[in-house]
Amino acid sequence: MTTSTEALVPRLRDICGAGNVITDPLELRTYECDGLTSHRSVPALVVLPATAGEVAAIVTECAAAGVPFVARGSGTGLSGGALPRQDGVLIVMSRMRAIVEIDPVSRRAVVEPGVTNLSVSKAAAPFGLFYAPDPSSQVVCSVGGNVAENSGGAHCLKHGFTVHHVTGLQIVTPSGELTWLGDGTGVTTGYDLLGAFTGSEGTLGIVTKIVVKLMPLPEVVHTLLAAYTTTSEGGRAVSDIIAAGIVPAAIEMMDALSIEAAEAAVHCNYPAGAGAVLIVELDGPASEVEAELSVVRAICEAAGATEIRAADDPAERAVIWAGRKSAFAAVGRISPSFIVQDGVVPRTSLGAVLAQIASLSEAAGIRVANVFHAGDGNLHPLVLYDDAVPGQETAAEKVSGQILDACLEAGGSITGEHGVGVDKSRYMPKMFTSADLDTMQLVRCAFDPASLCNPGKIFPTPRLCGEVPGRRRAPHPAVAAGQAEIF
Amino acid sequence: MDTERTMVPAIRDALVAACPVVRSADSAADAIGGVVPSFVAFPASTEEASALLRAAAAFDLAVVPRGAGTGLGWGPPPSACDLVIDLQAMDQVLEHAAGDLVARVQAGATIGHLASVLASAGQELVLDVPADATVGGVVATGTAGPRRFRYGAPRDLLIGITIVRADGVVAHAGGKVVKNVAGYDLGKLFSGSQGTLGLITEATFRLHPRPAVAAWVTADYGLSGRARVAAAVAAAAGSALVPSAVELAWSAAFLRMGVLLEGTESGVTERVSRMSELIASAGGTPTVARSEGPFRSWDLVPAAGSPAAVVRVSFWLSRLADVLEALAAAGASAGLRPMVSGPAGAGMLYACLDPGVSEEDTIRFVRTLRDRLGLSSEPRGSVAVLAAPPAVITAAGAYGPVPGEALMRAVKNQFDPGHRMFPGRLGGS
Repeated sequence: MTTSTEALVPRLRDICGAGNVITDPLELRTYECDGLTSHRSVPALVVLPATAGEVAAIVTECAAAGVPFVARGSGTGLSGGALPRQDGVLIVMSRMRAIVEIDPVSRRAVVEPGVTNLSVSKAAAPFGLFYAPDPSSQVVCSVGGNVAENSGGAHCLKHGFTVHHVTGLQIVTPSGELTWLGDGTGVTTGYDLLGAFTGSEGTLGIVTKIVVKLMPLPEVVHTLLAAYTTTSEGGRAVSDIIAAGIVPAAIEMMDALSIEAAEAAVHCNYPAGAGAVLIVELDGPASEVEAELSVVRAICEAAGATEIRAADDPAERAVIWAGRKSAFAAVGRISPSFIVQDGVVPRTSLGAVLAQIASLSEAAGIRVANVFHAGDGNLHPLVLYDDAVPGQETAAEKVSGQILDACLEAGGSITGEHGVGVDKSRYMPKMFTSADLDTMQLVRCAFDPASLCNPGKIFPTPRLCGEVPGRRRAPHPAVAAGQAEIF
Repeated sequence: MDTERTMVPAIRDALVAACPVVRSADSAADAIGGVVPSFVAFPASTEEASALLRAAAAFDLAVVPRGAGTGLGWGPPPSACDLVIDLQAMDQVLEHAAGDLVARVQAGATIGHLASVLASAGQELVLDVPADATVGGVVATGTAGPRRFRYGAPRDLLIGITIVRADGVVAHAGGKVVKNVAGYDLGKLFSGSQGTLGLITEATFRLHPRPAVAAWVTADYGLSGRARVAAAVAAAAGSALVPSAVELAWSAAFLRMGVLLEGTESGVTERVSRMSELIASAGGTPTVARSEGPFRSWDLVPAAGSPAAVVRVSFWLSRLADVLEALAAAGASAGLRPMVSGPAGAGMLYACLDPGVSEEDTIRFVRTLRDRLGLSSEPRGSVAVLAAPPAVITAAGAYGPVPGEALMRAVKNQFDPGHRMFPGRLGGS
């Protein structure tokens, strides 16, 4: 602990109670990483506030002492966005987990940041409503973390990301002030700071209350599984579905290696010998979904499906989804270690980029299992390696990086939903110019000129925030002097 | 004074060096709310726009970006304007990746031109805005029509943006893929920023397939049916029939709601009949009908310049009946009858006041509305004066309390420290 963080301890105990300030080195170790375990850093202090007022008081103390602070939700992030600072305070939001209000007529819920994603939908279900963003970690991940990462999920193809479902945020600014962004209605007044804040990965402040939209539960949900010999056949089906003017709730694909892993882990009983499995989910009014379903089925058959299964009740749908949902963890069955990559390509480039990944994999002798949100071109290649074999980890990291290069060459992005965090800040200059990054950081300078709020994330090089000059009210001197009409 | 006399040719030379097409402003055609700029420049590329803004920065010029000018009259006039940067020469649809449902467009392209390009692939940008407006203007004003209910505003469909900062630096954010969380989303920040943070030169959008069939269900209520229509709007908006729009229109002559359903032929027919039943069962004895033609409540909003004022109310839908009562009360207090319309199901209505209404009565209307709605510290809505005579905006305030106002000022100061980009707009100076 540094002198400045040590001096904070009694103050933070006054704010949150002694039991909610952690200084024991062993306990601190449990917070050394989030879901991305390859980056670790033990925080100087951990504090667990119970109210927005406590968060504001903690941040005020940190700001006064010049101590950096990092907010953490459930710690499921996959880019090291909640990686603590050794010289800083980790503010853990898990005690703030009240669902404050549900207004079924307005279709709004007000929740605290530590509330888990799925519990919002559970609380809304009695009203026939649900919260649409559904990241795979939704059982444990927090809504506050979802706001920080602008989380998506399998169904964001149709229903959008967190930013489309948040209409108001109460935040503590990096200087310790409580304020609201957005008026809760979804209508913007002034600058859309709500939109800019969502997905800023905890670098612009700490969320203390969230107003989210709820949607009516769809009348029917149909899930269809189609098996193919190759991913390119499955890819053709995806393109044809989109070309037919259908926007499914989700379109997911798995390749042979990820199917093998899922079978080993959860015995999902996908069609034997399939080189690719496509999962298409349609939701909406029964009359529309029935019509779309027959079109999708025909397209899947025409693309060469070797088998098609359909499910329209929750239990059967769960069986189809079981393999897909277990895929990340399942590769642990076929490989001692693996890297979960997250890249995006234009949907029409999927085939070409998958072929590129295959040749990168072959050239390096590193296996890559592909699981992806095919509808929106979001790839999650799982790069497999054995850390007991010298050199494999380095080779795997190299392949993982080359995959991102391939995504960028195709006109895509280095991250579709896991965020930049500490993990990908070094790739940002490949996607953005220094002027782009500099301009983004003007927002940072407006919110956090001292750069204390989750510093070191997203941007490879911090921007120094200069002084702000005054304003100009008068017309230009030449205009005032009546010279404007001179030519 | 000699320095000032020699300054104008120097400015003109610098602007022409940056962008060949520059002219002196026309006092009639180029005035913005009575403020006449000195120069109008027509950049043909982001590079020329960048050079123009560098020159403007060097000479400390106040700058107003302009598309087709359809929205310029909404909001206070600039407190100063030396240079208008007109984007109409940048009118190209640069890329339409139909298979990816994405289009990259220059800011000066009109919505109508973009729509015709997209229609050839059976696709659309779901914004329902006037065809003569430009893409950049629509993004900068955050304008959206009835289908805001389902698809949101420009900020929800914009996936990438190119801007030129006040200091001339060109910056991009987002990209060409819908799913992308790399870096801050400057597109959101610039959506609705009304030219006060910088100049938008390019925008990339997420597109949607055009539905095979679209039909409106309309329901007419008697003028006393405010509570009934509010209940019906809430029922329609909360139904699993997935409406694309839930509109309300209320004038001295009628009180009407409209629900847009889009989809397949058979699906829409079935949903129209169920939606009609749903509306009827919400109470009252409305006249319910299917209409193929659009329910153009937004056409009832007069063109810029003609109404005395346009006031936007946003609210949680459970308060719609209160909002209608507050509008009635505010109208009564000022002795006037507003024309009320908009995407009520999305928690938003416009109240337009007649050109004959005095400034005093307009101010009274706005103040009464704000008092009646009692917007608390926990934000649940807003009352914004979008268009009105400057005296009204000064007296009543354009927005009332705005959550995060201090941070907005800080953002403005970072992007435009000299306060040269559309000074006076968006409550700034």
